Amino acid sequence: MSFSIGLTVNGVRRNVALEDPRVTLLDLLRERLDLTGTKKGCDRGQCGACTVIVDGRRINSCLALAISHDGADVRTIEGVARGDQLHPVQTAFVAHDGLQCGFCTPGQIMSAIGLIDEGQAGDDPERVREGMSGNLCRCGAYAGITEAVLDAQKRLAEANQRRSA
Amino acid sequence: MNSFEYFRPASVSEAVAAAAQPGAAYLAAGTNLLDLMKGGISRPSRLVDVTRLAGLERIEHLADGGIRIGALVRNADLAHDPEFAKSCPAIAEALLSGASAQLRNAATVGGNLLQRTRCGYFYDTASACNKRQPGTGCDARHGENRLHAVLGWSEACIATHPSDFCVPLVALDAVVEIEGRAGRREIALEDLHRLPGDTPERESALEPGDLIVAVRLPAEARSFSAHARYLKVRERTSFAFAIVSAAAGLRIERGKIREARLALGGVAAKPWRARAAEQILTGARADAAAFRRAAEAALADAKPSGDNLFKIELARRIVMRALTLAAAGTPRRIAALPASPFVSTPGALHDA
Repeated sequence: MSFSIGLTVNGVRRNVALEDPRVTLLDLLRERLDLTGTKKGCDRGQCGACTVIVDGRRINSCLALAISHDGADVRTIEGVARGDQLHPVQTAFVAHDGLQCGFCTPGQIMSAIGLIDEGQAGDDPERVREGMSGNLCRCGAYAGITEAVLDAQKRLAEANQRRSA
Repeated sequence: MNSFEYFRPASVSEAVAAAAQPGAAYLAAGTNLLDLMKGGISRPSRLVDVTRLAGLERIEHLADGGIRIGALVRNADLAHDPEFAKSCPAIAEALLSGASAQLRNAATVGGNLLQRTRCGYFYDTASACNKRQPGTGCDARHGENRLHAVLGWSEACIATHPSDFCVPLVALDAVVEIEGRAGRREIALEDLHRLPGDTPERESALEPGDLIVAVRLPAEARSFSAHARYLKVRERTSFAFAIVSAAAGLRIERGKIREARLALGGVAAKPWRARAAEQILTGARADAAAFRRAAEAALADAKPSGDNLFKIELARRIVMRALTLAAAGTPRRIAALPASPFVSTPGALHDA
């Protein structure tokens, strides 16, 4: 039995035929749409490398069946920069050394974008650390990651303020 | 992962009929089920995807003061619903102390109730496990078992139920609404999960096809909102299951406890309501002596199932701490590290 599902990925409508319902959203992005920025770390929901934003919420794409997300709006790391202009969270990760090997970084950045949108952490480093605890970094760049998230959040808030002024 | 048939029902009755077939399982977010399927622990032949069913995503504040939570409400949405968090702060705190932000964004209320144990032997298909494969034995019983049950366990199974959410729910008399082949019925959450006995593979009171459609809290649940806490000891600061946890709710008038609610997590195959401790607290002064007596009563029947004698004393101390903090008053804002006993000042370093 085959299924056809439609997703909006980074603003572009994509139709995908699935031969098998076992395909996760992570595998669909990587294997079918060649969006390999989203990483497969543990594949069991423990490391956060596969974090993407689905219908405005950050989730682990490894624990999501693609077929169950027919019609969803998906944002991945490939969709956050505007051409050569990095997203403010990406810029902040570079500025604050929020990475070393870089494998977890797409997941960290998508998770940080989600965290900032959720608006629960404020400028409290402890709340940022708690809110980012679903993203492991084996290089241990956590200190830089926390600084990057706080900095990006501040810059995004300032930009929003300028826009509404 | 085994192959399976995928079915998306258009109505609750269609879902129940499809899931009543042997080998069928409900799929909501899948945050636990897909993990179990990837490990070969669960091998359903049909998944009935309930995520599109209408009407199960609402939080309703009922005319009688009760709160009805649809089974598909996401854990994060419930915890961050301002009116809900104000009415039931210990439940919000428990939800926010569980898993990670990504998992809370996906995981549903119904799925949380039905998540499986995190016993490592249950997850390891090369190990003997009576819960996964009845009659094969229990490798946990004489294995790595420092995190296993200290209450209600049997020789057949010493696994614990991992939910944080269920602990304050059971303390506050939550009721589970179920749609089944014979129509709608409801049972107390306290009766949903079963103790292992000789049949640890039978984990709940649900029959084939039964679908949890909502969890309901009675109006009285709100009466504990001024003195309510959930505390959880875990092996790392965040994103870890409870070693032991406790939910405490008090109704205090002029220094005396009019009514108390207490439940423990991480200690048994079900969220553990501590009724004997509640009775001791009722009418007592809200002080350390009463809390100590309550803690003794709550763990009176506890016995280690392995290298976990420490959990009994740890549970007593967490009960005392949860009661002490509840008596002091619900904090205006949930701490930066929800349910952590190691943080008192929001924003402070946990290890400073």
